[in-house]
Amino acid sequence: MLKDRFRSEPLSPGLHLPPKNGAPAPQNRPSNGLDQFFASLQDQENLSILDFSGASQANISYITSMGHRIYSNDVLRTMEEAFGSGGDFVANQSDPDRAATFLRESLDFPERSFDGALIWDTLQFLSQPLLQDTVDRLGRILRPQSSLLAFFHAEEKAQTAPLYTYRIVESKIMSLTPRNQVRPVQYCNNRTLEKLFQKYHSVKFFLTRDHLREVIVRR
Amino acid sequence: MWNKRKEEEYPPKPAAAPAPAASQAKETTPMSSNPTPSHSASESRGPAIIGKSVMIKGQIFSREDLTIDGEIDGSVELHEHRLTVGPNGKLQAGVKAREVVVLGTIHGNVEASDKIDIRKDAKLVGDIKTARIVIEDGAYFKGSIDIARPEVARTAAPAQSKPAAASSASATPSANAAPAAAAADSSR
Repeated sequence: MLKDRFRSEPLSPGLHLPPKNGAPAPQNRPSNGLDQFFASLQDQENLSILDFSGASQANISYITSMGHRIYSNDVLRTMEEAFGSGGDFVANQSDPDRAATFLRESLDFPERSFDGALIWDTLQFLSQPLLQDTVDRLGRILRPQSSLLAFFHAEEKAQTAPLYTYRIVESKIMSLTPRNQVRPVQYCNNRTLEKLFQKYHSVKFFLTRDHLREVIVRR
Repeated sequence: MWNKRKEEEYPPKPAAAPAPAASQAKETTPMSSNPTPSHSASESRGPAIIGKSVMIKGQIFSREDLTIDGEIDGSVELHEHRLTVGPNGKLQAGVKAREVVVLGTIHGNVEASDKIDIRKDAKLVGDIKTARIVIEDGAYFKGSIDIARPEVARTAAPAQSKPAAASSASATPSANAAPAAAAADSSR
């Protein structure tokens, strides 16, 4: 059904293009989700944080300055490498070998390895059943009571959604640098998200004016 | 095996020319693919260089700064010195150095007691343990980052260790306890 809604047009190479010359400058904006995420880390040190945004000086400096350890991975790039070549980006996600490669390259950690996960908007580019497998795997590598921050574009009828690079500016403010306009594979409303994260302890939503649904999930 | 190849590509220096002074790569052939100056090397010359057409399998130890633009499969240790991995450099190796500058590719864990600098277009897959890190936009990094505060900073002025605003990676004191199980194989 979701596939009907979002035609399985190849996303590659559109998924992961660097900004062109003259691309819009980064824009700072407040984020309740980010605020809640860092509130959950307050007064603790030596935590392990998973960051799916890829190498970023801002995120690394911010998190390590809090005394935490960061594990950085550009998961959109991993997706592109796993599903972007040779055929349809969405259909390729149903290929068991490619799906296994993606999970191994992005989430191959021992159980309960992390105390928090910054997933940003990466999940909306995964189709079922890989999306559920990914969410379940995230649940296993997170410790109980830890938080996961994810974003989903909230404009259901939009044909494309902006793909951003997310950077932490302060605990309540993030910087968004547009990378591209892409077709999300998933549209997730609140009910879909509750179902997706049903094995987690709680799910909390913040709907923003710029049609971004911020989700804090407690393991 | 590779010795033979290197000897073919890089004829030995004339007997008058001294061997590189301090580089202690456990190899007996010259490491540089750059043209060798005919005059004797002085102490003021630049870092030792492993040129882009050189491939080494094994352990490299150096007591001077080293630039690697070739391929290394093994380990590289320059405890008090700087390692530069050039744009053509490809390391499948664990690295220990005072400072590491990456313009090429490293697959392996990196320990830099002072600083690691990952430049645009560089690729590093592995776990990092360092005091300071700089990553340029466009660099690819996959792995964990453990910021190890220098012992001196914490022990020298305990009275002044009031936490500062978290403006840089080294701004906040940290006990930096044993690494969590976040990253596999970080126990090198």
